[in-house]
Amino acid sequence: MAHELEPISDPGIPPHVHRKADEDPIAANRAERQVATLFLLSALGTLLFIFSYVAIPDDVFIFLPIMGNTNAHQLFLGLGLAFSLFFIGIGAIHWAKTLMPDNEVTIQRHEFRSTEEDRKEFVKTAKEGAAAAGLGRRSLIKRSLGLSLGLVGLSPLLLLRDLGPLPEDSLTKTSWKAGTRLVTDPGDRPIKPEDLEVGAVAQVLPELAPGKDHHKLSDIAKDAVLLIRLRPEEFNLDAERLSWTHEGIIAFSKICSHMGCAVALYEQQTKHLLCPCHQSTFDVTRAAKVLFGPAARPLPQLALALDSEGYLVAREPFSEPVGPSFWERSS
Amino acid sequence: MTARERIAGNVANYVDERTGAAAWMKKNLNKVFPDHWSFLLGEIALYSFIILLLSGTFLTFWFDPSQREVIYDGEYQPLAGLEMSAAYASTLDISFEIRGGLLMRQIHHWAALFFMVAIVVHLLRVYFTGAFRKPREFNWIIGVGLLTLGIVEGFLGYSLPDDLLSGTGIRIAEAIIQAIPVVGTYLAFFAFGGAFPGEAFIPRIFIVHVLILPAIFLALITVHLMLVWYQKHTQYPGPGRTEKNVVGYPLMPVYMAKAGGFFFVVFGVTTFIAAVASINPIWLYGPYTPGQISAGSQPDWYMGWLDGLVRMAPPLESYLFGYTISWNILIPGLIIPGLMFTGLALYPFIESWITGDKREHHLLDRPRNAPNRTAIGAMALTFTLVALINGGNDIIAQQFDLSINQIMWFSRIGIIVLPPIAFVITKRICISLQRSDRELVLHGKETGRLVRLPHGEFVEIHEELSPEKKWLLTSHEQNGPLELPEIDNAGVRRPSAIRNKLRSRMSQANAEVAPKVTTKDLKEIEKH
Repeated sequence: MAHELEPISDPGIPPHVHRKADEDPIAANRAERQVATLFLLSALGTLLFIFSYVAIPDDVFIFLPIMGNTNAHQLFLGLGLAFSLFFIGIGAIHWAKTLMPDNEVTIQRHEFRSTEEDRKEFVKTAKEGAAAAGLGRRSLIKRSLGLSLGLVGLSPLLLLRDLGPLPEDSLTKTSWKAGTRLVTDPGDRPIKPEDLEVGAVAQVLPELAPGKDHHKLSDIAKDAVLLIRLRPEEFNLDAERLSWTHEGIIAFSKICSHMGCAVALYEQQTKHLLCPCHQSTFDVTRAAKVLFGPAARPLPQLALALDSEGYLVAREPFSEPVGPSFWERSS
Repeated sequence: MTARERIAGNVANYVDERTGAAAWMKKNLNKVFPDHWSFLLGEIALYSFIILLLSGTFLTFWFDPSQREVIYDGEYQPLAGLEMSAAYASTLDISFEIRGGLLMRQIHHWAALFFMVAIVVHLLRVYFTGAFRKPREFNWIIGVGLLTLGIVEGFLGYSLPDDLLSGTGIRIAEAIIQAIPVVGTYLAFFAFGGAFPGEAFIPRIFIVHVLILPAIFLALITVHLMLVWYQKHTQYPGPGRTEKNVVGYPLMPVYMAKAGGFFFVVFGVTTFIAAVASINPIWLYGPYTPGQISAGSQPDWYMGWLDGLVRMAPPLESYLFGYTISWNILIPGLIIPGLMFTGLALYPFIESWITGDKREHHLLDRPRNAPNRTAIGAMALTFTLVALINGGNDIIAQQFDLSINQIMWFSRIGIIVLPPIAFVITKRICISLQRSDRELVLHGKETGRLVRLPHGEFVEIHEELSPEKKWLLTSHEQNGPLELPEIDNAGVRRPSAIRNKLRSRMSQANAEVAPKVTTKDLKEIEKH
């Protein structure tokens, strides 16, 4: 490696410059008083903490600029604790900087590499150890040990099997069946078309099965549906998809086809649905076609119909799995 | 001998007779630590970790890591009577009913953010000064491990309250697991104990967050510090400082007082910010339900780049033989982060392969004196920053009244175009700075004093640098590129010719510098 001579020789460590407190006892005493003051401030901080804990009620609010209304109890607890800690630290550092010796010290590094002798000894010991165990000669032991060590790792792995059930058809099935009523979320009230004005949006869930009193979160994670009402002429759908709507009411899975967030932002002007997580944008008028963002598939559409009492129901289950993609998904 | 000295002596004697600690202590209390503000960054990370352990332990006394459904009847009226998980309800209780509970939550969350900032800035310091070079490669890898674990630990931590925001984050994590080809669906069902969200994940991530990861952290941090201790700290170049020595302050008492004091300062500042600045007000988000979401859903900052990558991914999915591969999730969610962290961990080995430098280094580089490394760092930073900016594209669009689509397109193009530009510009800046160092050594520094010579010419007086400054600007090494001829001495083409060619190309790029001042240059100057 090219290694030119240093053009300038190392001038060595610059001479030590004494601080004021090193030579002047008055300055040293002043520094001592400063350190003591800082430590006392810390003690005051602790007193503030105790006072706040005991005496400030937790329903008092005071106004802080920028931060707005702040709970006085929490604020003064925090300030007390902060001062008590901060001033111990500042005091110690000030002490070290003004009064403790500030002479720089030089020590030598040692090379990490062991001596040749040690290295040879080590190799010899390791070899002797291996030879004494006879691993090289007794291949039967070596192989059977390898086998058992390889297998023993399987047991803990197998024990993890019961962490969860197998997926089976859980990702492809939802609670929506032919004839399931749409109910409001929250409220669980069935919906008639006239409940929904043009331009309105509603989050709906399938009606609870008899005997159940609330929706399980794992069901909501698949069942949540958005109901949107447009003027029928605003749709730009093929005949089949148009037949899935009812008087301008169209229903989509609310679970994003990208990563499963709730697609909750509806822009009435553009008739776009936007997922707040990754900004995938879907066009309501064209069966939730992806306009922008990372989602690769439209939101699944739920076919609607009316039951005999005039309430909105699902005409049939979702025709494809809802939510994010997974390996076994077929399209 | 005073009574106090006698007691201290007796205790010391008791311990030493049983452990032989005196010899070790004698040596290590005189251990020398070089002083520089940038060496405090790692300390901030360490102290934040201790703050996290203390405040986190406090929180576990009341936090109920369970997804059991409860009806909230606590002090916070807007949520009264709502169904929620016990985890969320107990977080509300900590915030509103335990005195100091909200303060502790906020200290814990702020400390986590500072922990990650400190780790990242510490990493940048180590990278740009070349502190990762032999013999410190192991410690670099441990550091990259701590960074990775820190991201996971932070994510799990803010997911525990089971609020609407954190639940959304968990949903996204589940979708990433589910997107893994072949086994993803099974992994997701095992991880969540069934279909998302189920009732298993809070208790499970709780034990990972409070026991498993902290234990690994403690082990890795211990090894990290022991290696720093044993290998001794690196130091910046300067007069009197060589590869063979360490110049600084002894552990006892100066360094102990400063480092100990600094712990209290970090704790105090964190507490101050936690006292005045609200963070993660989970009561405003409401309990998690998969059917709802709040606009402007954002992860904590250290996850932002990942979210930004996912947001900018093109909508690509393949359907093969009835199976789905979600490239739009796999590439930004697993493949790119995997490559980033692998590259980061392997960087010391890549650099030493390119330079062929297998020597120990204890003197740090000034970033300008390693233009290639500095430029690679700037390139990686640019990549990550573009991703991070895109992670906040909705907030940026709202605050600055921009179109979210335009920001997304800026990021999609920028993440490919900007990093190479950053590389080139940074490298040029480094080499220019080297030239300016050269000028300084040769001609001294400009004083701004103009002098008119007798014949009318104006000249500016240049002041010669001090020997210390000159030494600082010239003491670095400049090694030429590796010589890897394609044809060996016997006239035969080497078997690994292509690899060697690549290596010498990179080595040449690496050796591109503005030549530093030589003895010959100085002699020539003297002649004038």
